[in-house]
Amino acid sequence: MKTFGGPVLFLDRSDINTDEIIPAKYLTEITKEDLKPYILEDLKLPGFDPAGPKTKNAKVIVSRANFGCGSSREHAPWVFEVNGITAVIAESFARIFRQNMFNCGMAAIELPAADLDQIFSHAGDADATMEINIEAGTLTMNGGGKQKTFSFEISPFDKALVLAGGWVDYADQKY
Amino acid sequence: MGKTTAEKIFDAHLVNEPFPGTKVLRLDAVLCHEITTPIAIDDLIRRDKDRVFDPTKIKAVIDHVTPSKDTKTATQAKILRDWARRHDIKDFFDIGANGVCHALFPERGFIRPGYTVIMGDSHTCTHGAFGAFAAGIGTTDLEVGILKGVCAFRQPKTIKFNVTGTLPKGVYAKDVILHIIGKIGVNGATDRVMEFHGAVVDAMTMESRMTLCNMAIEAGGTSGICQPDMTTVEYLWPFIQEEFASKEAALADYSQWRADADAEYDQTVEIDVASMEPTITFGYKPDQVKTVSELAGTRLDQIYIGSCTNGRLEDLRIAAQILKGQKLAANVRGILSPATPAIYKDAVKEGLIDIFMEAGFCVTNPTCGACLGMSNGVLADGEVCASTTNRNFMGRMGKGGMVHLMSPATAAASAIEGMIADPRKYL
Repeated sequence: MKTFGGPVLFLDRSDINTDEIIPAKYLTEITKEDLKPYILEDLKLPGFDPAGPKTKNAKVIVSRANFGCGSSREHAPWVFEVNGITAVIAESFARIFRQNMFNCGMAAIELPAADLDQIFSHAGDADATMEINIEAGTLTMNGGGKQKTFSFEISPFDKALVLAGGWVDYADQKY
Repeated sequence: MGKTTAEKIFDAHLVNEPFPGTKVLRLDAVLCHEITTPIAIDDLIRRDKDRVFDPTKIKAVIDHVTPSKDTKTATQAKILRDWARRHDIKDFFDIGANGVCHALFPERGFIRPGYTVIMGDSHTCTHGAFGAFAAGIGTTDLEVGILKGVCAFRQPKTIKFNVTGTLPKGVYAKDVILHIIGKIGVNGATDRVMEFHGAVVDAMTMESRMTLCNMAIEAGGTSGICQPDMTTVEYLWPFIQEEFASKEAALADYSQWRADADAEYDQTVEIDVASMEPTITFGYKPDQVKTVSELAGTRLDQIYIGSCTNGRLEDLRIAAQILKGQKLAANVRGILSPATPAIYKDAVKEGLIDIFMEAGFCVTNPTCGACLGMSNGVLADGEVCASTTNRNFMGRMGKGGMVHLMSPATAAASAIEGMIADPRKYL
């Protein structure tokens, strides 16, 4: 199983799409590692720098509704993975992106908008970090001297994929 | 209680339900292209599992960047080509025979009512036009599909779209689907199948139904689905005439996949097209739509007609009808990419290519290239394109470029005027 949790990158907008996460012109790369420099290259948000230290240090992304909409490209989870980001927390996900995350043994965790509002209140904290416990279904937001724990649900199948490290090994044993 | 088309297909293909709510389905068609398949192939090799579950059920095409533009794209093409040869995949389409996957595979009769279809491409939902369950998936799902012939899905709920009225002049399937996406939003159908019904859909050609289903994903939909009928049978007849004694027999068989009258829907959305206008996107999300009246006069640099949404013969005919005897405005350039070689050949025979070339269009080989800013029509920073494609994300057709999605008719009228223009005055 992958490890989850650490410094948080806040992306405060709904409908962040796969082309913003990794533009199509980089889909010609043959290895996942080659995608690394291009993470979120086309995402335009106030104060966000795709090449900045917050992006480089992040282990968790927090965003809003319909995260990962658009293309089926698994390059989107991969570019997160090779940059050390293994979990995305959002109000909702596009279906293909969500499944791609779990298929890679990564986590796409949905939280209610009200919980996300509380988490986003830490966006200005330089020390904002998150602990994630997949087994227990809890995540804890730390920052600015405060701490709060939220519970989440992922489907039993998605949980099994995270525990198995992805869909290929799982499916090859079962089908 | 009756069933929707997707529910019937799920029941008929169910392998097992490993966890409540997750259904593993047997696949009838696994479609592959050179962008998302090579990494799956590499991973299978790395795992010492370089096998395919059934070479007759796997179809592959080089379509996104073709002919290859550089070493990297040539390598992707080569990985797919070598793999297809190694595994004796007969339905592999290379340069000369290749076209945009979601136009080419249906044209070859590969998709049938009741099928389960996956591809590492979000616009796979197109194939639901045949009464199939067709879903875009990522490379890992594709890899398992290639190896095992199965894919896991959450059972989607179904939204019924009842499309009624008569399409006004200058309004086509593209306008209808843009209108629908504008109404329900870019995540209005997430984890849902969009099942299209009503007199307007019944009267549509298979090409138009494919345009409708193609953009289901732009509302987050898992698959678009139309009801199989005699139009479906007529389209497929060259491929199925050995299988059935008559068209009526084929229709009777395919009708098993039609939704039951008492099927339960998550939601029913009524769409009356009577007062619909040509519809166009204005922002960077496919649900940001306005009518042509509101957007007429908008600045343009490039016109693009093609793609899995609107690069079929019907689309070329409509655009050519408007462009006949006309010229591109001096401030814009025009690119036509017929979606398959067969469409290209028919367009030559019908004199359509002449019309486009006389108007000043560049005619490219069939490819997806420009739609996602990979090749054959990439925009410069700040440029604006009137496009018959399906996605208007910022930078989609080139970094800093903007895309207005529209029908081939609206694109053709806009080509003449060099700005967004109403096609109805040319019809």
